Amino acid sequence: MSRVRRTTLAGGAVGWLFAAPALTAIAVFFFLPVAASILLSFTDFDVYAVASRSNLRVVGLGNYTRLADDALFRTAVRNTLYFVVVGAPLSIAVSFGAALLLHAPLTRWKPAFRAALFLPVVTTLVAVAVVWRYVFHPRSGLLNALLALLGVGPVDWLGDPRVAMPAIVLMTIWKNFGFNMVILAAGLLSIPERLYEAARVDGAGVAARFLHVTLPALRPTLVFVTVMTLIGDLQLFAEPYVMTQGGPAHATLSVVLLMYLEGFRWWNMGYAAAIAVALFLAMLVPSLVARAVGTRPEVA
Amino acid sequence: MSPGVQDATAGCVRRDYALRRRVATVLVHAALAAGAVLTVLPLVWMVSASLMPTGEASAAPPRWLPSAPTLAHYRELVTRLDLARVFANSLGIALVTTIVSVTLNALAGYAFARLRFPGRDRIFAALLLALVIPGQLGMLPLFLMLRGLGLVNTYLGVLVPGLASIFGIFLVRQYALGIPQSLLDAARVDGAGELRVFWSVVVPLCRPVLVTLALFTFMGTWNDFLWPLVVLSDSRLQTLPVALANLLGEHVQDTELMMAGAVLTVLPVIGVFLALQRSYIEGIASGSVKQ
Repeated sequence: MSRVRRTTLAGGAVGWLFAAPALTAIAVFFFLPVAASILLSFTDFDVYAVASRSNLRVVGLGNYTRLADDALFRTAVRNTLYFVVVGAPLSIAVSFGAALLLHAPLTRWKPAFRAALFLPVVTTLVAVAVVWRYVFHPRSGLLNALLALLGVGPVDWLGDPRVAMPAIVLMTIWKNFGFNMVILAAGLLSIPERLYEAARVDGAGVAARFLHVTLPALRPTLVFVTVMTLIGDLQLFAEPYVMTQGGPAHATLSVVLLMYLEGFRWWNMGYAAAIAVALFLAMLVPSLVARAVGTRPEVA
Repeated sequence: MSPGVQDATAGCVRRDYALRRRVATVLVHAALAAGAVLTVLPLVWMVSASLMPTGEASAAPPRWLPSAPTLAHYRELVTRLDLARVFANSLGIALVTTIVSVTLNALAGYAFARLRFPGRDRIFAALLLALVIPGQLGMLPLFLMLRGLGLVNTYLGVLVPGLASIFGIFLVRQYALGIPQSLLDAARVDGAGELRVFWSVVVPLCRPVLVTLALFTFMGTWNDFLWPLVVLSDSRLQTLPVALANLLGEHVQDTELMMAGAVLTVLPVIGVFLALQRSYIEGIASGSVKQ
């Protein structure tokens, strides 16, 4: 009895001691700044406040009403939404196609193909963005050289505001599609073979089996992949930072890039905090929609 | 139908099926090969261009192979541009972050799974809710806070947000839930203290999840850009991605030099990936990793 008691009592203290270092780090360096960020977004913290806190004023929702009128912010939102709405479906389609090819029973050398297709995922985003800056070069770039073989004239990928964002979408698909490909391939692998056999017995062809077996069975995985991709894409930053600095003519200015510029270049910290809060709210939308539609993403 | 005709029809069907199968095999492999080549091409060109004599990588139309391979650009990066130091910064920061964060996450993950303490379940539920909060949200106040503490432009400052992670705690907890209680009890009956139980029972049993966590923490820290960019303006403390982005500002015209810098940045992570491919891909496939 006394022994059991001792263990439970000690267990309580030990549990706290084990969890405390991580919880302290997270509380001090994550929760505290997050809470402060929301408060900061109600102030006019700027370069003068950096010098002396006496220049700090509470402006209520002032930063948020300013956001609504800010042409630059609206451009950033439009660009980011373009990136998300055009980029995410294309990216998932490429991942899905690649996963189906990898999964096909006829396919040989699967590990080699998978490793090659997955390789860009592990690379450093900044480094490959630097590489793609040259790949997109209108005269000496690889992309235009390949397109010339197909008879497509030279495109000024990063210099023309109409194609700069599509170029960034293209680069991002190349960088990321392997990630979803691996998740979708694992999903395909977990579909029981007997479902396909039953469909075959019922006379279902390849297309019918895809529509009535593969797609429904893969629905939770597809929802998970979609939610994660949308959330990730909303945070677009390094690609435009490295390849275009948000140009030409603000065509690739993203929300996070604007937050970085406002906060860390121009020291409009209060205003930048409002941008960060707005971004956070936007990032909640995909998970909430998925939940409303009735399919919870597999992992939080 | 005579047996002969039946045989002939069956033969036709079989031959037709075999032919279709062969065509499908060729098509599937052609598509995969084309995809793999297009995927790898920019990386191959990066390596090739980094070995070209100055000016050759900006020739039009582009050249695929160096006329006379040279390591001059790597030499310039290491000697004149001090990239060896930057490389060491990246390596040190990634290693320290990995060791500290895997240790803290393992201790906490195990505590949340197997030790009872007041408030445990409520705290864990709160942590799970907080998984949706992006790192950028706290970045501005964190910067101001570290500025107040004099930690901007220090190694410690860049490490701080990575010391522990909610997702890491979550991962270890899920795994530690599967440890048989009898093993923990047996160790305690043998008189092992709680730290000893953790170190000699829990850690070995959780090895697979700890390896995955270490791998992803290392790669994530090595590849991270926004926070190091914000907190490290002193070029002597910078990590490779930050140094590379800055280098681009001054050396945009030196294509070969930039490609050598990109190779130095990317090669270690590609090496780690190729060496530990199975853990890496299984980690993602099981949905246990956020990008």
